[in-house]
Amino acid sequence: MSELAEKVNLSRRTLLKAGALAGGGMFLSATMPGIARAATGAAEPAPLNAFVSIAPDGQVTIVGKNPEIGQGIKTMLPMLIAEELDADWDKIKIVQGDSNAAKYGPQIAGGSFATPMNWFPMRQTGAAARAMLLEAAGKKLAVDPATLTTSKGVITDPATGRKLGYGEVASMAAEATVPDPAKLKLKDRKDFVIIGREIGGIDSPKIVHGEPIFGVDTQLPGMVYAAYERAPVFGSKLKSADTAAAKSVPGVIDAFTLEGKGGPDQLVDGVAVIAKNWWVANQARGKLAAQWDTGDWTSHSSAGYDAEARKLMDGPPSSDVFSKTGDVDAAFATAAKTLDEQYAYPFLAHVPMEPMNTTALMHKDGTLEIWSPTQNPQAGQMGVAQMLGLKPDQVTLHITRMGGGFGRRLTNDFMHQAAAIAAKMPGTPVQLIWSREDDVRSDFYRPAGWHRLRAALDADNKLVGFDDHFVTFELGGAYNPAAMAPDIFPAKFVPNLRYAQSKMKTAVPMGALRAPASNAIAFVTQGFLDEVAEAAGKDLPTLLLELISGREKEPDPPGGGFGGPQRGFNPDRMRGVIEKAVAMSPWGKPAPDGHAYGFGYYFSHQGYFAEVVEASISAGKSPQVHNVWVAGDVGHTIINPFGALNQVKGAVIDGLGQATALAIKIENGAVAQSNFHDYPIPRMPFAPEIHVEWVKSDNEPTGLGEPALPPAIPALTNALYKLTGNRIRSLPIDRKLLTKA
Amino acid sequence: MATVTINGETRTLDVPDDMPLLWALRQELGMVGTKFGCGIGACGACTVHIDGVAARSCSTTVGSLAGKKVTTIEALGQSAVGKALQAAWLDVDVMQCGYCQAGQLMSASALLAKNPSPSDKDIDSAMQGNICRCACYGRIKTAIQIAAAESEKANV
Ligand code: FES
Ligand code: FES
Repeated sequence: MSELAEKVNLSRRTLLKAGALAGGGMFLSATMPGIARAATGAAEPAPLNAFVSIAPDGQVTIVGKNPEIGQGIKTMLPMLIAEELDADWDKIKIVQGDSNAAKYGPQIAGGSFATPMNWFPMRQTGAAARAMLLEAAGKKLAVDPATLTTSKGVITDPATGRKLGYGEVASMAAEATVPDPAKLKLKDRKDFVIIGREIGGIDSPKIVHGEPIFGVDTQLPGMVYAAYERAPVFGSKLKSADTAAAKSVPGVIDAFTLEGKGGPDQLVDGVAVIAKNWWVANQARGKLAAQWDTGDWTSHSSAGYDAEARKLMDGPPSSDVFSKTGDVDAAFATAAKTLDEQYAYPFLAHVPMEPMNTTALMHKDGTLEIWSPTQNPQAGQMGVAQMLGLKPDQVTLHITRMGGGFGRRLTNDFMHQAAAIAAKMPGTPVQLIWSREDDVRSDFYRPAGWHRLRAALDADNKLVGFDDHFVTFELGGAYNPAAMAPDIFPAKFVPNLRYAQSKMKTAVPMGALRAPASNAIAFVTQGFLDEVAEAAGKDLPTLLLELISGREKEPDPPGGGFGGPQRGFNPDRMRGVIEKAVAMSPWGKPAPDGHAYGFGYYFSHQGYFAEVVEASISAGKSPQVHNVWVAGDVGHTIINPFGALNQVKGAVIDGLGQATALAIKIENGAVAQSNFHDYPIPRMPFAPEIHVEWVKSDNEPTGLGEPALPPAIPALTNALYKLTGNRIRSLPIDRKLLTKA
Repeated sequence: MATVTINGETRTLDVPDDMPLLWALRQELGMVGTKFGCGIGACGACTVHIDGVAARSCSTTVGSLAGKKVTTIEALGQSAVGKALQAAWLDVDVMQCGYCQAGQLMSASALLAKNPSPSDKDIDSAMQGNICRCACYGRIKTAIQIAAAESEKANV
């Protein structure tokens, strides 16, 4: 085992449990130390998200238990087990586990956590199962198990050439000693045969044939469909609705009001319309004439927030200073050169391709069964149980594959609605479906934000002062994905630095969007640092490398967080990707006529990414990206290169698309956009060539769902500046700035 | 009451004439391969073929289909082009979440049926009605090119 595995310290406390399958064969489940939420210290052992069984016919079945949103987890986690088990990948069966905290530990698709969290424990599970099979085979063949070899589900005795399939010894192996995980020898990286192989998505063959595998494809006998009318203005209460009118529509089975309970992430006030066909139910919403008490929230608008934020930025920060080094005021007083600019970005929606939906059935015995495409199943299960006064184990939640997540399905408001509706119709399965308009107008939005940034350069053009006055929204005590972490670069790398904030009130629900905070802060800081670099007479990569020059890796935070082992920021890895991006791209060389290159770097979710964008401006005055060069460091191993490239390329296009065209605007307290015509997600002609290279540093692998996104945005805006001389300090990119200054 | 030919079978639908085909397929006939993405003809997730031409089933009423032949993703593998596309899709591992892919495949097969060796630009314009929120566009294009080359070889 590598030295790092020891350091991770997860391995030693992994508990394994084996047993016999009902029809013969063995199973193995693993328990790893509960992962402490943030830094709360030691945690109780919680079962690990790993479960493997081997049937007498040799069939290996692995439970993929994290939710699959298209990030490839249902393929990737079993690859880790299969590798150490030496199973035949082409014959493996993977099944989706239900929501079950006691059985599986954390089950969440978010934060690019799954890779760092599971890299060792999953492999240990596979290695333990293999050791038990070998022990059984040793007994059967009367040889020392240590002399046996394995490959593709077959055990070989090299001395005699005798072979045994895993299935032949599986029942015996169920009785074997469960090994101490800390003593298990994991494979050397060079011996990997499954990890590192390009492996297609496990469900892909079903998808190309249109088989029913998504949440909204759930079909149950006697199922009916529900649409849910909620207030257009956030923060409203339902006054009245004409349910009789909706009920009179042919095909409508029922219509009733529901009173909200809890926050917008739980049950909001609304009117459910039930029909045998969802289209009928949704049409009948038109008859409800629902009346809402909007309070004074109709006075809220994006334009109003912008005006208020600009006013706040003119004054001192009204709220806390959250990062401070040296003496910022003194640095500015003695500076040779200063910069002072304002950056801004809008609310964004997630719009995953599969609209929100959940199927729920209140059984006659009072237990609830749910089929839901959710990124956060356990929270949903708990929330729903609480709402209905049930115990969590009275709620069975089947996790379905989902058509994208991007953070939207971390919040289970739609699941609460489906459950509340089902509770009113015991014995009848009901599927709640949201229209795309519901989705665009009832999201948990990436928060809009404003930054007044100032920089001070000394006489040698060194960056000696940096000040960010951040204007954001209050979010009463809850996790604020708008939050800007105190250690966002260049914190710690500029001698005098201050991050402080002012807060505004809003009723707009906010949540995590792919690469939360980073998807906005990268644009702001890397855009502004490009301005600083220009003022200092250098380019952005040069400035970044100067700032980190001579600096050492920070110590790893103790204990690891919810996302598994965390590592301290490492300037060498930052340098590695910056140098790689410069070397692999035409950065620094003249660009083709009418084109320009822009640079962006960012560190998030433990991944280091530097990107170069080649852009031009189309005749229709919109940004056109031709090429993107991406250098990424997520550790020494790319577990599934197929999935990895898909994540990186998708993230880059996602970022470029946001910057180019996307904004959710609040008007009169409600969202002005409604569907893809006014929330234009990138389409095929927009997609550039994306060239990806990995910097394989000697670090254990980390996740890829998010970290390639943030630097694409400043790389684009910095390129456009070179074409026009206009700095882009506000998103989405203002077309008016695409004409030469 | 409408009578519609779907994947070669005659089906009778007891629904209002103005119900979009998408909802009749999914919830009256239980054919859920065709997906709902936007409901306004803006995303392509619901693409089917009507008399061999790609059409948005969310914006096509059941009442408009008398005498027409509808083909859905469930029957894509019955044509040589469809089979080639499905194979290419798996070869290059096109998808992330996969939700848009039924629509992508139906648009791609309609394209190859009428233009067996499309240029890059042809592909862009035939496919721009299909959103992939996961942005698998590079691989979708590659897979179409592979399927086109395969079909060409098969025809020589
Ligand atoms: S659902 Fe028909 S085009 Fe989007
Ligand atoms: S693969 Fe997810 S929308 Fe296309």
